[in-house]
Amino acid sequence: MPGDRPVEARGLVKRYGAITAVDHVDLTVEPGDVYGFLGPNGAGKTTTLRILLGLIRPNGGEARLFGRDPQHELPEALAGVAGFVETPYFYPYLSGRKNLELLAAFDRNGGGARIDELLVLVDLAARADDRVTGYSQGMRQRLGVASSLVRDPRLLLLDEPTNGLDPGGMRDMRRLVGRLSSEGITVLLSSHLLAEVEELCNRVAIIRTGRIVYEGTISDLRASAGTNRYRLRTTDGELARVTLLGQTGARDVTLDGEELTFSADEDEVASISRILVGAGLGITALVPEQLSLESFFFELTESEEPAEAAA
Amino acid sequence: MTGALVAYRWELRKLAAQKRTYIGLGAAAVLPVVFVTVMALQKGGPYDAPLGHNLRRTGLALALVVLNFVSRFGAQLAAALVAGDIVASEHAGKTLKMILTRSLRRGQILTGKTLASFTYVVATILVLGAAGLIAGSLAWGFNPLTNLSGVRVSALHALWLSVAALGIFSLPLIAVAAFAILLSTWTRNSAASIVGTLVYALGQEAIAGLVHQSWAQHYLLSDQFDGWHGLFMSPIAWTPIVRAIWVSALFAAVPLALAWAIFQQRDVADD
Repeated sequence: MPGDRPVEARGLVKRYGAITAVDHVDLTVEPGDVYGFLGPNGAGKTTTLRILLGLIRPNGGEARLFGRDPQHELPEALAGVAGFVETPYFYPYLSGRKNLELLAAFDRNGGGARIDELLVLVDLAARADDRVTGYSQGMRQRLGVASSLVRDPRLLLLDEPTNGLDPGGMRDMRRLVGRLSSEGITVLLSSHLLAEVEELCNRVAIIRTGRIVYEGTISDLRASAGTNRYRLRTTDGELARVTLLGQTGARDVTLDGEELTFSADEDEVASISRILVGAGLGITALVPEQLSLESFFFELTESEEPAEAAA
Repeated sequence: MTGALVAYRWELRKLAAQKRTYIGLGAAAVLPVVFVTVMALQKGGPYDAPLGHNLRRTGLALALVVLNFVSRFGAQLAAALVAGDIVASEHAGKTLKMILTRSLRRGQILTGKTLASFTYVVATILVLGAAGLIAGSLAWGFNPLTNLSGVRVSALHALWLSVAALGIFSLPLIAVAAFAILLSTWTRNSAASIVGTLVYALGQEAIAGLVHQSWAQHYLLSDQFDGWHGLFMSPIAWTPIVRAIWVSALFAAVPLALAWAIFQQRDVADD
């Protein structure tokens, strides 16, 4: 097993009595990935993350974080790794700042010097000296991110980081994850929200009742879902249809009222739009058919027999 | 600073920030004052208690007589309140998963918690001793004390003996705290750990009553709470003192070893 991948798990199994919470899960997260771990509640995402963080012992399989086994090499295996499972919890009788100081002391890497900077980053500077018991859910989530960043991580494991947040809080959290990713931090993000994973992640694993039913890139997922189908509105539907039929990249072109639908590879959509504009058409809407991706996700995670979609 | 000391330092800070910490400390500070106040309001007193005949003659006796009273229940309750909560509260507050994913080993974290619990036990006894000395001296003066052999001991010498007595009294109490830590780790439930520890302490008392006059009584934890009496004999009776040390150590070591094994192996899930 190569030693430098942020996450590599093979055949992870975790049973609780007769229930198999994680059933031969394989995961590979490459450096720089924002990797979505997608599945409905209770599918086994959190249990998998707990195994990766060394909080629980698997019944089978093995995991490596940057080549180290969190089951047998703690705390060394968590060097450069940070994150939280489920909602981050803190000591309610201590302030947000004291909680971070405690965790920085437990990290033993001098991260305490960055606390003020991190409190500003997560927009908690004004409430840093208040006890956590008075914090809202969103503030606790942001403090959770700050507590992870205190470790100056190369890999962030985030379990449902937008859970319980209002729309504004979700937006801010997603921006923060995007910003951290752009700074070079690899992110493994679990979520039950397809749109969130689609927005943030370049690769995804979909888990259902403990088993991985899809692993691959978001583009491949779209292709598997048939979401290479697009809806188009222009200033002239008929002219657009004729123009599209003349293009080798567009297939299955249909016109329904003012709206066209067609299939095309994602790489070709940009050139198609330029050709449409070149033909004198104004494009008012050009969007992938999201419904089919959602339908595909539900098929993977809810149907009796999930679709064969592993990339 | 080693990892265990980092954990210990922060456990003390956490204890200092929690109200429950001050229940035992407050009770330890108030109890001697209540005792001396009640005695001031009546003529009688517990003169038949060990060193009780010194009451109203010297303030040095007050803390020692109070020790006799709290050794049956109160001291164990104070120890259980903190030690029984110290691991279980991390489970209840779901903070254990947070600290276990940092850079300290599980053993270092449990060591820090254990040392903090023991520090609290010793602090509680010291507060009781200091409050007793101050309240007793204000009420009855800082005078020589007549020991259990009927020999008069100077006030200063009695003071040093009292400090040593508090230390020896702390040993079986530390063993009780160790049992509370075991329950706290095993049950992950503060209330169950506190109640279980009290049942354990009272159970030892009950067994001691059943095996009264038997040699076995000397090897129960309950008997070790009287080990310090040996300091107030002439000459000093070392046998009960030494026995208090090793029996308490044994009663502490076994639960701590079990707690260690459980804490090292346990899955940390929100169950």
